[in-house]
Amino acid sequence: MNLKKILIAGVSVASLMCGAASAEISDGVVKIGLLTDMSGTYSDVAGEGAAVAAQMAIEEFGGTVAGAPIEIVTADHQNKADIAANKAREWGDTDQVDAFAELVTTSVALAVFEVAKQQNKIALVSGSASSPLTGDACIPTGLHWTYNTRALAVGTGSAVVQEGGDSWYFLTADYAFGEALERDVSAVVEAAGGTVVGSAKHPFPASDFSSFILQAQASGAKVIGLANAGADTVNAIKAANEFGVVAAGQKIAGLLVFMPNVKSIGQDVAQGLQMTVSFYWDMDDETRAWSQKFFEKTGKMPTGIQAGTYSSVLHYLKAIEATGSDDTDTVLAKMREMPVEDMFAKGGVLRTDGRMVHDMYLAEVKKPSESDGEWDLLKIVRTIPGEEAYGPLSESTCPTK
Amino acid sequence: MLTDLLGFPPQVLFGQLLLGLINGAFYAVLSLGLAVIFGLLNIVNFAHGALYMLGAFATVGLTTYFGIGYWGALILAPLIVGAVGMLIERFLLRRLSGVDHLYGLLLTFGMALVIEGTFVKLFGSSGLPYAPPPQLTGGVNLGFMFLPWYRGWVVAAAIVMCLLTWYIFEKTKIGAYLRAGTENPQLLQAFGVNVPLLTTLAYGYGVALAAFAGVLAAPITQVSPLMGSNLIIVVFAVVVIGGMGSIMGSIVTGLSMGVIEGLTKVFWPEASATVIFAVMAIVLVLRPAGLFGNAT
Repeated sequence: MNLKKILIAGVSVASLMCGAASAEISDGVVKIGLLTDMSGTYSDVAGEGAAVAAQMAIEEFGGTVAGAPIEIVTADHQNKADIAANKAREWGDTDQVDAFAELVTTSVALAVFEVAKQQNKIALVSGSASSPLTGDACIPTGLHWTYNTRALAVGTGSAVVQEGGDSWYFLTADYAFGEALERDVSAVVEAAGGTVVGSAKHPFPASDFSSFILQAQASGAKVIGLANAGADTVNAIKAANEFGVVAAGQKIAGLLVFMPNVKSIGQDVAQGLQMTVSFYWDMDDETRAWSQKFFEKTGKMPTGIQAGTYSSVLHYLKAIEATGSDDTDTVLAKMREMPVEDMFAKGGVLRTDGRMVHDMYLAEVKKPSESDGEWDLLKIVRTIPGEEAYGPLSESTCPTK
Repeated sequence: MLTDLLGFPPQVLFGQLLLGLINGAFYAVLSLGLAVIFGLLNIVNFAHGALYMLGAFATVGLTTYFGIGYWGALILAPLIVGAVGMLIERFLLRRLSGVDHLYGLLLTFGMALVIEGTFVKLFGSSGLPYAPPPQLTGGVNLGFMFLPWYRGWVVAAAIVMCLLTWYIFEKTKIGAYLRAGTENPQLLQAFGVNVPLLTTLAYGYGVALAAFAGVLAAPITQVSPLMGSNLIIVVFAVVVIGGMGSIMGSIVTGLSMGVIEGLTKVFWPEASATVIFAVMAIVLVLRPAGLFGNAT
């Protein structure tokens, strides 16, 4: 056999193997269905930017994985669980979507979990925060990537208690997420020897917070914990400032604050506010480089939800690349086996309850005088190790862990 | 004391009553604009929330791009947005005069979605900050609560604006024309009054009232493209309770619904978003034309 023949034989075998690999990809395409809030209150923190971030992960693969093209479809779920569930079901049943991504708003994530469970498809949750997603409400194929209410509680909650804020009053958004956040923070506060003196559940969304702020003021608690998000948090902080709550000595703890929220509160009002973040663009060379690329596409710096969407999609694709298959169980096993290594997470571990455990950060809003530019808003004051933020697997109440 | 029995000291209740009045002032100005528009044009103006939002954005825009402060914006923003309103009336709504109410409702609802969608695209959903004017920062301790000067100003400005509107419509000649226009536009036209112009002006005025409320709200809430859609449904309920098209009805109902909502926030916070609709349902059953409406 001469050299030429050997080469030809080698090439044919290799091409056969490639053929075999892409034959493992169902329908010959890897399709990701990204459901997010494109027009409502969370469209700044997730929204279009999350779709861009997922696209960036796909571009890193050059648009193909294991020999098959990667496609992404997106839809606006308008923060409505029924719309999200219908869209997910349609994608899974008729459009060959292999995995669902982003899924901001707890009620949406819970609804899509039902669909993902029935269809045995992977759900990569980034934007929703409720810890029960990997607790009582977990499903075998539901992965919770970016953060959760427990991590927020451990981060901001303990930091505030350590500074002497040992009595709390909560303003809680009256839905699953607000309740989860209040519960998790109360646990942290009480474990640290603090007390919870009361809470007011406000409608979601609420346009005026003065009344709730006044109740919180009357409670005499040292800390007013805001178990809400988005516009609600912004309006509550503005009202607290206006009604002289902070000047009178009470402290405001924003338990879920994103960078765009800081911008809309205004840095002069928000300065010194502590917040727990999963990601900040200005942490190291890798985050800066990635964020710069993101900025060129969107004109905004990425939020943790967007960076987390990138990371979850990237890790999903890596597992498909490594196994040559898009079969849910095969991919899931590989995703758990490989550490999550990218600009978002270093040595992240995907647990059997669906939790992706990675380091979190306690950040503080810079004073306007410390700020170098429009996006120079936060400084990281503490790294919270993943295990501390998310707790051990043994504490997880997920029945299928 | 009853209040003590319920576990709420009187100070808390006074505070909540005052806050309710402040929110009620917004409801009053917004529902007044709707009442004016409905009265004259027979249009259920679903774009009202979006126009209120435009008022707030105009305030921020005037300050950011033209260096015009709050006080200038208080005059200019309603004029600018009111002019936009007149263009809407002249070129869009007028084409629907004479057809069923439902078309006007659909058109204005569609406009609201387009305006809000455009602003979300341009400015994002998180909103922009706007500081209260320096003359009105700080506040006064009333004993039972700390009242920020700005909130006090909001109530005063809103009530003055409401009474002024009532005066224009009920006591002046132009008001008489407007009321006559609602009753019988053909007859009024026959007397030589330019009814189409009157209609355009009335729509512009209703829109300007929405923008005025938007300016008042800018320093309090985040100036966000969605700020109007959160409020508008409640305001519609207020209009229905007061009686569609009734000027005084809108003012009184707006203020009292604010107070009722404020009290609900103390006793049953979870229900504060629904209490106004509960009142609306009861009123509709007992008095279908609304509290101040004309049953005919």
